[in-house]
Amino acid sequence: MRSHSNAAQGGINAALGAEDTWESHAFDTVKGSDYLGDQDAIEIMCKAAPQEILDLEHLGVTFHRNEEGKLGTRAFGGASAARTYYVADITGQAILHVLYEQLMKHDEIYRYEEWFNTALVQDEAGHIAGVVARNMRDGTMELFGAKAVILACGGNGQIYNPTTNALICTGDGIALAYRAGAPLMDMEMVQYHPTTLQGNGLLITEGARGEGAHLYNANGERFMEKYAPNKLELASRDVVSRAEQTEINEGRGFPDGTVALDITVVPRKRIHEALREIVNVGRDFAGVDITKEPIHIKPGNHYIMGGVKTDVDGATNIPGLYAAGEVACVSVHGGNRLGANSLLDTLIFGGRSGRHAAHRAREMAQPTASREHLENEERAIKEIVNRDRSGRRVSEVKAEMGAAMDKYAAVFRDEEGLNQVLEIVRRLKEEAKTVAIDDKGSVFNQDLFGALELGYMLDNAECVVVGALERKESRGAQFRTDYPERNDDEWLKHINLTYTPDGPEISYSEVTITQWQPEARTY
Amino acid sequence: MPDYTLKIRRYNPESGQTAYWENFTVQLDPARSVLDGILQARNDQDGSIAIRCSCQAAICGSCGVRINGKSRLACNTKIGEAAERATAMGKDAIVVEPMGNMPVIKDLIVDMDAVHWKKVHRVVPWLLPAGEPPEREYIVPAESMIDVTQAMACIHCGACVSACLALEVDPDFVGPAALAKAYRFVGDPRDAHEEERLKDLAEDEHGIYDCTHCFACVEVCPKGVAPMDQIMRLRRRATGDYGIKDSNNGYGHEKAFVGLIERYGTLHESQLLPRSYGQGSLIRSQLDPSSLRQLITALPTVVNGLKSGKVAPKAAIWHHKLPDQKQVRRIYNEVHSHGERIELNMYIVGESGGENEGAMAEGGAEG
Repeated sequence: MRSHSNAAQGGINAALGAEDTWESHAFDTVKGSDYLGDQDAIEIMCKAAPQEILDLEHLGVTFHRNEEGKLGTRAFGGASAARTYYVADITGQAILHVLYEQLMKHDEIYRYEEWFNTALVQDEAGHIAGVVARNMRDGTMELFGAKAVILACGGNGQIYNPTTNALICTGDGIALAYRAGAPLMDMEMVQYHPTTLQGNGLLITEGARGEGAHLYNANGERFMEKYAPNKLELASRDVVSRAEQTEINEGRGFPDGTVALDITVVPRKRIHEALREIVNVGRDFAGVDITKEPIHIKPGNHYIMGGVKTDVDGATNIPGLYAAGEVACVSVHGGNRLGANSLLDTLIFGGRSGRHAAHRAREMAQPTASREHLENEERAIKEIVNRDRSGRRVSEVKAEMGAAMDKYAAVFRDEEGLNQVLEIVRRLKEEAKTVAIDDKGSVFNQDLFGALELGYMLDNAECVVVGALERKESRGAQFRTDYPERNDDEWLKHINLTYTPDGPEISYSEVTITQWQPEARTY
Repeated sequence: MPDYTLKIRRYNPESGQTAYWENFTVQLDPARSVLDGILQARNDQDGSIAIRCSCQAAICGSCGVRINGKSRLACNTKIGEAAERATAMGKDAIVVEPMGNMPVIKDLIVDMDAVHWKKVHRVVPWLLPAGEPPEREYIVPAESMIDVTQAMACIHCGACVSACLALEVDPDFVGPAALAKAYRFVGDPRDAHEEERLKDLAEDEHGIYDCTHCFACVEVCPKGVAPMDQIMRLRRRATGDYGIKDSNNGYGHEKAFVGLIERYGTLHESQLLPRSYGQGSLIRSQLDPSSLRQLITALPTVVNGLKSGKVAPKAAIWHHKLPDQKQVRRIYNEVHSHGERIELNMYIVGESGGENEGAMAEGGAEG
């Protein structure tokens, strides 16, 4: 219920209209990914999308209707048709709440809410056997034996500061899988969203541009005419973010390091009906009435395209371990995710993971989950709680990581900067081993969770930087000023990272191409 | 950057101590939030301060607290404004305490399951369509989806539950958030159990007629859901559309109220009770045995009122009419002339209030 899926404002893509085709949706997604997305997975997702929308509608999602009472759409970035279905600008919230309604309907499903996962448990053969988790409310630790575990714990935006992501987006699932030996993929692909607020990083939905809002630099120029003459503000996110950052870097931004988003061109009635939430965000968090004046925005950390490497059924290379949503990398987003494709990815591959895991579980015996894992975790936590307070504070280490990541591993990157941030992250990893916490208690010891999350985040940060250093080209969200061109001959491949005690080990895997050969990418 | 003092209500169930206040001084831009202030205190001074929080953008619904006595989200309350308000109230610090009407677990964390979610569960919070779904989508009026989106906008932060005065008196009241959730289904044309849902909530003595119209929930809701408005919509549907004559006399009371104002322009107090028991009719209240029984059982309350001086017998019996009843009649005629009920919400007209009057007229014309 408190999941960050709530924050998905704009909508969910599907080729459901009579004129639209799944192939068109798939091609837009492939092109949006800068040809790094796996086309078999993209085909599965785009073919399944229309039925998924209908299923959600039948469950009760209050999707926007057109005048005939049928499902209505809005335009979104990087798409060749208006195929984004939405509920005002609370689409993620509406879908999440309706799915939660369905969960409440089934009393027989017990929900373990407010439990914190500290480790994945494997049996002697290396297969998944369960998890160890801590009840946040009373501090008890529990070993949950399981035939299958599905990670559905979202992304890692908190490794950056600022970010649009919630405080819970600390990459726990990515780190847990990585530590258990599952490879991570495309970790260098970090999306900077084109419209976030300066300072606190809050998100202004792409729906604003979908409804017709314009971008201007400080000279009043509609600069996207220069960078994407056809799609303008609705080019894909990496393109728009880079354009904004270029304007800012070259001195055509406002003094606070921003450009302007002008939503006043959207009719007032339409703003109330379709962009309600950002009226609130503008008023409450920026002190701007977006119906009357432009709002200053800049690119900000938003989404990780990479994650735990899975197949099209959500399965990782650890038998019994699945991942779906932002934590996972199928990969449907490749180098850059299109707006309104993340809810879709989560729903389609979440469903496939669940069905596959259930099918597998039905056929197998209960694996042995040794209580040793529980004891190890209890010992590790006791050590953190009882340690002397000579180390740095969790918040200090986190702040240093966030600032360094935003400085060196953002829209524009180069080898020198990446080496610097890698050094910082590795030093912080050492310091994190002795961070001090104040709370010694069992009930809602959030201080302790902060220390555990810090460890998860630093693993994530290290992998992002190592991937970015390794990829010596510019593709999608990864723009290397020292390698400014896309290089299909050498880098049309995924970078995979596997845990070793000395840092991630690099390997490669092929990009699956079914029917769309790489082409030059213009909008 | 200015300094702010946060006076935080602390409670640790493991300490064996009762709750106490603790002050923390933080340094922040006035435009940052009270949550930013609490997190700064936690980060730099005392890591044991407990508060649920996640999105920092008023969408996850985690950080409901009371700030200077008002139930709010800590993340969308500006610290500068909170400080000004505290000063205006004669306080030297921004007072932050856990939400009301729910048990405190630790510091600013309350048990939402024990109260809020239990109540949400009470209203059968899932869609109950008739039969199998269509092959494509359900075809429904565009306005109906916009209409229920206001209730869908609820983020279950608990602010309204915390502020509800009726809940304070009757902890079993289904309450503002859960009833708003109920409207989300009642107002959804895909749901096939509108009448059953309405009957259920009208007959429940802690249901829709337990609300006392105090507007507290409307005032505190950070998302403009206006739970009381949703409760009033449930009532209008229960009485106006289905004529549900509930055993709580909600129907009768509403009829009596509307009838008396239409006739006298003000409330005729001595008639309100009997007419409420008689489904709006004075004669019926005395002829119908069950109404008469209720009237008799209500007598001690009336006597108490007389004794304490709350009821003035003369004014109550010889009620005065408004000098110009025409104006009231015009309002009634205007309302009755509408073929359909016009429902406006923030997704149609924006926030209600002066500056949006133009938009309201525009929305109304199309409604």
